[in-house]
Amino acid sequence: MTTTKLILIIAVCAVSTMFTRAIPFLVFGDAEKVPKIILYLGKVLPPAVIATLVIYALRNTEVLTGAHGIPELIGVLCAGVLHWVWRNSFISIGAATVLYMVLIRIM
Amino acid sequence: MKKIIGYAFRRSQPVMYGYLFLGITFGIMLREVGHGVFWAFISSLFIYAGSGQFLMCEFIADNAPLFTCCVMTILLNSRHIFYGLSFLTRFNSLGHKKWINILELTDETYSVLCFTEKDNAHPLTMLFISLFDHSYWIIGSCIGNLIGSLPFDFTGVDFSMTALFVVLFVEQWKSSSYKLPAITGFISSVLFLLILGPDNFIFPSLILSSIVLIFTRSLYEKQNETGKEVQQ
Repeated sequence: MTTTKLILIIAVCAVSTMFTRAIPFLVFGDAEKVPKIILYLGKVLPPAVIATLVIYALRNTEVLTGAHGIPELIGVLCAGVLHWVWRNSFISIGAATVLYMVLIRIM
Repeated sequence: MKKIIGYAFRRSQPVMYGYLFLGITFGIMLREVGHGVFWAFISSLFIYAGSGQFLMCEFIADNAPLFTCCVMTILLNSRHIFYGLSFLTRFNSLGHKKWINILELTDETYSVLCFTEKDNAHPLTMLFISLFDHSYWIIGSCIGNLIGSLPFDFTGVDFSMTALFVVLFVEQWKSSSYKLPAITGFISSVLFLLILGPDNFIFPSLILSSIVLIFTRSLYEKQNETGKEVQQ
């Protein structure tokens, strides 16, 4: 591959990604002109998006083969329960990650 | 200013491990398709999208046509369109710098920034959190590209990203009495994951969630009114 083609591929990927992030701001421009329904969506979407991202992060879990998603399930429960009780992100994320890394090695 | 940067650094910590590790993975992958640390740096600086950059390595390996690169990248990153909606007014306080922050809206940064409003943080906090996250990603990519392989089997460290979203989900759940958005997002994404499979489900799922939330707007307003009455 030539350096020119490499630069072009990186540039196209960069501009395409920037485009997906900038669309809402390009479409609605001035914040004063944003329709109320969009502002409402912006307000209520975060919990829906975060719930979706949990599923997205787990999307490639193999439920039917391998460890049947048990390490993922235990890891998620560990993070969730620890955070419910202590509300300390470092403990919740750290413990869940270490536990998960151990589980995928022994299961 | 020191206070703002310190706070932003603490807020960005949960993202650090995941970004360093995923960045390293990208750096290694780019090296495997034949390109050095300069290009790893440039890609991570300008593209700054995890799955997007992994896909780019495949484009490079296949010498893919530019049109394909463009369409595939937009499809893969289409979920980002929803992220800006929550910051249309909030980013205005940043002035021209808002455009920098707009380009920093990754899954993780978006999720973390959603919580800065409740803390009444200075607008610049958002920008600094974003820049810290971005720097972890760039540093990881460069390290990965330079070392080429890891001295230890780190498989599974990326679970810290999953754990991050779980933690933010719990945080969100506890802090809001209106549970419908979280439930809608969960059901809609599981539904579309089962129907469409892991590669294409996220965008349709977010569309369905938005539609459901638009149609249930009166519920939200009713809840808000009763909330106000209780406060009074």
